[in-house]
Amino acid sequence: MPLKQGASRVAPSGASRKEPARQKTSAKSSGRTASRREADTKGAVLQRTGLGDRWQAYLAHHRASATDSWQRLLRSPLQSLMTALVMAIALALPATLLVSLNNVQQLGAAWDSGPRVTLFLNVAAREAAIDKLQQQLEAELAVASVTYISADQALADFERESGMGSALRSLDTNPLPPALVVTPQPLVSVTQLQQLAEKARQSAVVDDVLYDQAWIKRLYQILHIGERLVLGLGVLLIVGVLLVIGNTIRLAIENRRDEIVIIKLVGGTDAFVRRPFLYTGLWYGLAGGVLAWLLLTLGLAGLSGPVSELASLYQSDFRLQGLGFTASLGLLALAALVGWLGAWLTVGRQLRQINPE
Amino acid sequence: MIRFDQVSKRYPGGHEALNRLSFELADGELAFLTGHSGAGKSTLLKLIMLMERASQGQVWVNGQNLSRLGNRHIPALRRQVGVVFQNHRLLFDRSVYDNVALPLLVEGYSPTDAARRVRAALDKVGLLGKEKHNPVLLSGGEQQRVGIARAVVNKPPLLLADEPTGNLDPQLSAEIMTLFQQFNSVGVTVLIASHDIALIRRLKQRVLGLSKGQLVHDGVLRDAAKAGS
Repeated sequence: MPLKQGASRVAPSGASRKEPARQKTSAKSSGRTASRREADTKGAVLQRTGLGDRWQAYLAHHRASATDSWQRLLRSPLQSLMTALVMAIALALPATLLVSLNNVQQLGAAWDSGPRVTLFLNVAAREAAIDKLQQQLEAELAVASVTYISADQALADFERESGMGSALRSLDTNPLPPALVVTPQPLVSVTQLQQLAEKARQSAVVDDVLYDQAWIKRLYQILHIGERLVLGLGVLLIVGVLLVIGNTIRLAIENRRDEIVIIKLVGGTDAFVRRPFLYTGLWYGLAGGVLAWLLLTLGLAGLSGPVSELASLYQSDFRLQGLGFTASLGLLALAALVGWLGAWLTVGRQLRQINPE
Repeated sequence: MIRFDQVSKRYPGGHEALNRLSFELADGELAFLTGHSGAGKSTLLKLIMLMERASQGQVWVNGQNLSRLGNRHIPALRRQVGVVFQNHRLLFDRSVYDNVALPLLVEGYSPTDAARRVRAALDKVGLLGKEKHNPVLLSGGEQQRVGIARAVVNKPPLLLADEPTGNLDPQLSAEIMTLFQQFNSVGVTVLIASHDIALIRRLKQRVLGLSKGQLVHDGVLRDAAKAGS
């Protein structure tokens, strides 16, 4: 009902100001139902969307967003491929380094046939004293076996393995000392081993004690540093990927500005508007992940031949290990997550700037 | 349905679009909003849609105080308000059907329910046969009717129109206005911004005349000189 201009200009009192707020829900629902009942002339059922319907519609919109985003990528295949390739290269680089590190680690593990303690003996030590020490050691609980390597045998081994026999032969005397190699029982702790070594060191015939797993420890330390480097590089490259995805999504949003404005005008929530773009990011990430996996697999396939040839030259049956099934899945999941995250970071900021005018 | 209480709107830069404006539009009412361009018509509609927020005063829509409504609740408000735009604002990358279905999609109607409602809305504006067309193939009047179908498809209690007959010839304009009257007759509150004074005078409805952001006329238009001057 039209009010007189003067009447409507009178500022309402505090009470009437508050009243509508207090009755907000009831006024809203009853007013709405009434007008809806009247407005409903076509015989459509009078009801808001039910919870079940909304859940169904929510799922349907996820499906629709996912397929629509995918189809949009296919509509400009070259551009999509290029974006995915940028992702793939950025992901393949740290993944390749990681696989290489794993292979070196495996190589180290193959050589690491359990810790051993080598006791270098005094050159002047008598056979009897050495025998006695060997028996003492064998009696220890922690010890599995003790092998005696005489000076002559050590020289022969060294000649055979190093190929520097001629240099040694030019010396007057054998510079290598005899040694006892102690192989501990499996699962013997490092401290027990140290105690054993200390006890042996006190013997008069022992000159020096050497843990021969020391170099393995050094290798692992180097690998550890390598892992850190790969991790750092990976983080940098992932930040790069986030920026690439962000930029791509920004362009996609600009292209669909009109649509976003209209969806906002008819009451679309931010989540509704955001959804297709998040799927776009997800698809880019997944496509990049698949391409990265392909690059890596092809690269390893190309390397595996020469590597096994090289290994066979060292009488090793070492084979290059590729990404396992779990690691492959992990790569894909990481790629998809990075794509999604890149889209999420951009879309929130971007959508706030697009408002109906 | 709509209540403005001493509402002022100042844009950044100092332009004052509305100045202490107060009026009320009851449930089920139909009114026209007139005035020269720049009088504040668009700003008034934008305040109702929360496309802008008032600098001062209170705006009530359907029992809600908009100054207390957070941004999170804007979508819910807009679902209660159907809007028809002068430039239609249709999406030309999809069919008439999909354009009209957009508010239902946003609100989460089931596809079968949505299909029934879209057909009902298109039937009402007389475009049932063209649901599969791309809106770009339709005439200006038909495009406007698609816009109207989209505005009413989810049966909002309030319908706003911003110059809905702006680019149409007199006969088409009259048809569009008849549509709005039909929606009003089944209980929808309608507010139409228009400067088609000749048409408005013929319809003998309540007219709110704006000038320089203030209400200068409220009532049925009898004298052509009064409105918006």
